[in-house]
Amino acid sequence: MTVLVFTLLVFAGSLSAGLLGALTGLGGGVVLVPLLTLVFHVDIRYAIGASLISVIATSSGAAAAYVREGFSSVRIGMFLEIATTLGALLGAYLAAKVPTRALAILFGGVLIYSAAVSWRSSRSKHVEAAIDNPSSDALKLSGSYPGPDGKQIKYKADRIPQGFAMMFGAGTLSGLLGIGSGAVKVLAMDRIMRIPFKVSTTTSNFMIGVTAAASAGIYLRRGYVDPGLAAPVMLGVLFGAVMGAKLLARARVSVLRTVFSFVVLALGIEMIVNGWLGKL
Amino acid sequence: MGVLLRFGVVLASTAVLAGMAFYLQDYAMHPAVDYRYFKAYSFGLHHRDELLAGSARGNAAAVIQAGILLLIATPVARVVFAVVAFALERDRLYTAISIAVLAVLVFSLFHGT
Repeated sequence: MTVLVFTLLVFAGSLSAGLLGALTGLGGGVVLVPLLTLVFHVDIRYAIGASLISVIATSSGAAAAYVREGFSSVRIGMFLEIATTLGALLGAYLAAKVPTRALAILFGGVLIYSAAVSWRSSRSKHVEAAIDNPSSDALKLSGSYPGPDGKQIKYKADRIPQGFAMMFGAGTLSGLLGIGSGAVKVLAMDRIMRIPFKVSTTTSNFMIGVTAAASAGIYLRRGYVDPGLAAPVMLGVLFGAVMGAKLLARARVSVLRTVFSFVVLALGIEMIVNGWLGKL
Repeated sequence: MGVLLRFGVVLASTAVLAGMAFYLQDYAMHPAVDYRYFKAYSFGLHHRDELLAGSARGNAAAVIQAGILLLIATPVARVVFAVVAFALERDRLYTAISIAVLAVLVFSLFHGT
């Protein structure tokens, strides 16, 4: 295979990952590493390096759109980013210590968990927003967002220490596996801290890039980011995500999500099997 | 702020695209790199002089690496903006919080291994 063919194939694969990620809202990063390792036989370290870079790109690109609508909370994001960035440092540090086979198995586990969560999320009821929490006001995490009728709906953050701890975990996963951990972040904000869903998802979007940037420096220094690979991956995912965002209005998201869940589940199982057998 | 993020991503992507074009120009018909084997080759902010010099010469890897550094700088710049914005609002708590986040980022970019 020539460099040209390889580069074009990687670009195409990354484009599909970015497209699916944008259409299902589940993040393309999660299929990128399995795609690179299982299909392109790339060492998992190069894969997570390329994935992390593409995560920064799509997060920064997407966040730009959401901030305008007045949903994301800069304060909540910044406060929780203390936890996520510290977690990212730990994760990146651990990535060098953990054997690559274990990384593959862990990644497979995360994929299966993601598939389960996205399968369930289409049918679960939203948690009631918390009424009162003095700590939320003290830390200035309370806020409001525009409701469907245009009026501002107020909210407060609940169970802050638990949410903070979970964000640390999300950051560690991000630094360890080169993913965005958007799903974990939204989980922490939406389910644990009872922050309204739209605020959680939009805030999570802009947090992902900052968290990833925290482990990026470490990845670069360790040589996980190869320019020849990261370039087509980053550009492919970006292109796919932009396409996906444009097609979103016409897409049947629930159908896509179900298909995506099965694909992710299959990839997760394959990663675990291959990691176990040492083929990765 | 959204403009800053978009601008950063566009700028970084342009650099990466240019670098990829240079790479293909020189190596398109060569056999593909075997990414099965991991060989640590590091780059980072401490290499910025070499990257600038390399980019000026049209060295594909240097241009792509410079683009990647620009990309990473984008969310970092976002945090710097937040520090300034909170300071201007006289929000002491959040100026401190965002400085803390910035500190973690700077540590990672300059010292982490």
